[in-house]
Amino acid sequence: MIAPIISIRNMHKWYSGVHALRGVSLDINPNEALGLIGDNGAGKSTLINILSGAQTADEGEIEIDGALVNIRNPRDAMDLGIETIYQYNSMVPTMSIARNMFIGREPLKVSLFGIGIMDQQKMRDDSVKAIADVNLHLRSPDALVGELSGGQRQGVAIARAMHFRSRLMILDEPTNHLSVKETAKVIGFVQSLKNQNVTSIFISHNMHHVFECCDRVVAMARGKIVLDKRIEDTSIEEVHEVL
Amino acid sequence: MGANLDFMRKFDYMKRALKVYMEKPELAALVLLVGLIILFQYLSDGVFLNANNLRGILGILPEIGLMVIGVTILMIAGEFDLSVGSVFALMPMTMAVLMADGTPFFFAFVAGMAFALLIGFVNGYLTVKFAIPSFITTLGMLFIARSLTIVISGGFPPLLPNDLPNWLFTVFVGPGHLFRMSFIWFVLIGVAASLMMSRTNFGNWIKATGGFLPAADAMGIPTARVKIAAFMLCSVLAGFAGMLQVLRLGSPLPSIGEGWELQAVAAAVIGGTALNGGVGAVIGGVIGAILIRVIDNGLVLSQVDSNWFKFAIGFLTIFAVVANSWLRKRAKSMKVET
Ligand SMILES: Nc1ncnc2c1ncn2[C@@H]1O[C@H](COP(=O)(O)OP(=O)(O)OP(=O)(O)O)[C@@H](O)[C@H]1O
Ligand SMILES: [Mg+2]
Repeated sequence: MIAPIISIRNMHKWYSGVHALRGVSLDINPNEALGLIGDNGAGKSTLINILSGAQTADEGEIEIDGALVNIRNPRDAMDLGIETIYQYNSMVPTMSIARNMFIGREPLKVSLFGIGIMDQQKMRDDSVKAIADVNLHLRSPDALVGELSGGQRQGVAIARAMHFRSRLMILDEPTNHLSVKETAKVIGFVQSLKNQNVTSIFISHNMHHVFECCDRVVAMARGKIVLDKRIEDTSIEEVHEVL
Repeated sequence: MGANLDFMRKFDYMKRALKVYMEKPELAALVLLVGLIILFQYLSDGVFLNANNLRGILGILPEIGLMVIGVTILMIAGEFDLSVGSVFALMPMTMAVLMADGTPFFFAFVAGMAFALLIGFVNGYLTVKFAIPSFITTLGMLFIARSLTIVISGGFPPLLPNDLPNWLFTVFVGPGHLFRMSFIWFVLIGVAASLMMSRTNFGNWIKATGGFLPAADAMGIPTARVKIAAFMLCSVLAGFAGMLQVLRLGSPLPSIGEGWELQAVAAAVIGGTALNGGVGAVIGGVIGAILIRVIDNGLVLSQVDSNWFKFAIGFLTIFAVVANSWLRKRAKSMKVET
């Protein structure tokens, strides 16, 4: 039995009147690609927002490598190695690719109290490398993110998450609002994550994508986990049935 | 054949460089500035660029210019400050009142700067904490700060002491005594602000915060603190600029800076700063500020009715934005790979 990287214990979340998470417990094992599915409003985003520090739980615990952690904000999560690619885009369109790659984590040449001169050459070089590492082909790290297609943007977001060697990569519907072709590209990135043994949570409404990209499928409904199986032990039909 | 290929490559390179420049938002303002200088030089029979006239322009430029630097950075962070014109008057009035009571210049200066910082903090804190549009908070502060200026002045401006450090702020220096010390301050602060925006991680955070707030938040940037810091910087620069003007005029008039808040916004916009944040450069704002001074002065020299001044500023503001968006569209449609 392998020890899980991340354990979520008895997680609860209320939004004034809505009980969005009703005692969710989940173990995420190393090198596992976990597909999280469920109807609109099932609580998927709420669950992963708590992991990525965008929201805080009302009750429940998170353990990383067996140690209790306290995630109060996105920075805490990032420092713990949790990288998130959000449903909406996590890039600033008016900034260059290189600058976007390092927002909030700029390499500094000299600094005082955390403020300092950025090493822009390193930012450029590292972004070129990171982007090449996810097999994305972009000409210049100085191009504005706003000029990229939706799929390319998500590619850069994935490259960024990979660059910071995350322990856990969370992708919350990364193919939302993308064309079929762009979706195929992003699914390609996610599949390559699985091949590179990156631990990930992949949220999608598309069962086929989940079955293509993941080792394990977890289904949520009304704030609870209703199914948790390895891909080879279940089928699209069975998952449909519980939802 | 080989020569042809070589030519094609060079042509491509030139096109790419052109595209990069066309996408720079401060380009339109720079072209306008050069055009206007030539025009005024011609209309004024060569008086415009003579030493005496330049002295006049470069004397006032730092005062509006420093205000514009702060406003530009704040706009890049996605916020507005309409209270800068009032802070411009309040800061030196605070100093003047303290000095009239016998406070030495240095301590009066520190107190004045602290007051300006406090106003910036209040603007920022209220805006961020209560999620109010900064248009509203700073509009309120415009009235409050102006009113305070008049109240503390006691109705008529106090006399300034004689032993002011004018050597540090207002004396003429440089080749041909062409500019004042205030101009040196302006250049130093302008360069520092420009480097801060382009080279430091803090500049990156400001651009991210104004460019797309949810992404900046998600990447763990302390966006609330970034915005409050930008408000404070804007306010303190306006206060400092006001002090420069008072030292130049020799008297703390409570009405100085009236209407400058809008001129500052116009200068930033003329210089390519986007109204909804994320886009802009300090150098653009500085060019915008120079443009405004050049127009004001040039119209007078050309013996044009000075009431056309506001018309010109208004026209330029709209024109620069239209020209910019046109240039950007043209640049986008250029078929070169970057
Ligand atoms: N910020 C919020 N304020 C109030 N209620 C919220 C908020 N965010 C989510 N909810 C509610 O919590 C429940 C779970 O929402 P959540 O976004 O986690 O669902 P989801 O599974 O991600 O759905 P989708 O597939 O549509 O993204 C829903 O009932 C939703 O209306
Ligand atoms: Mg969701």
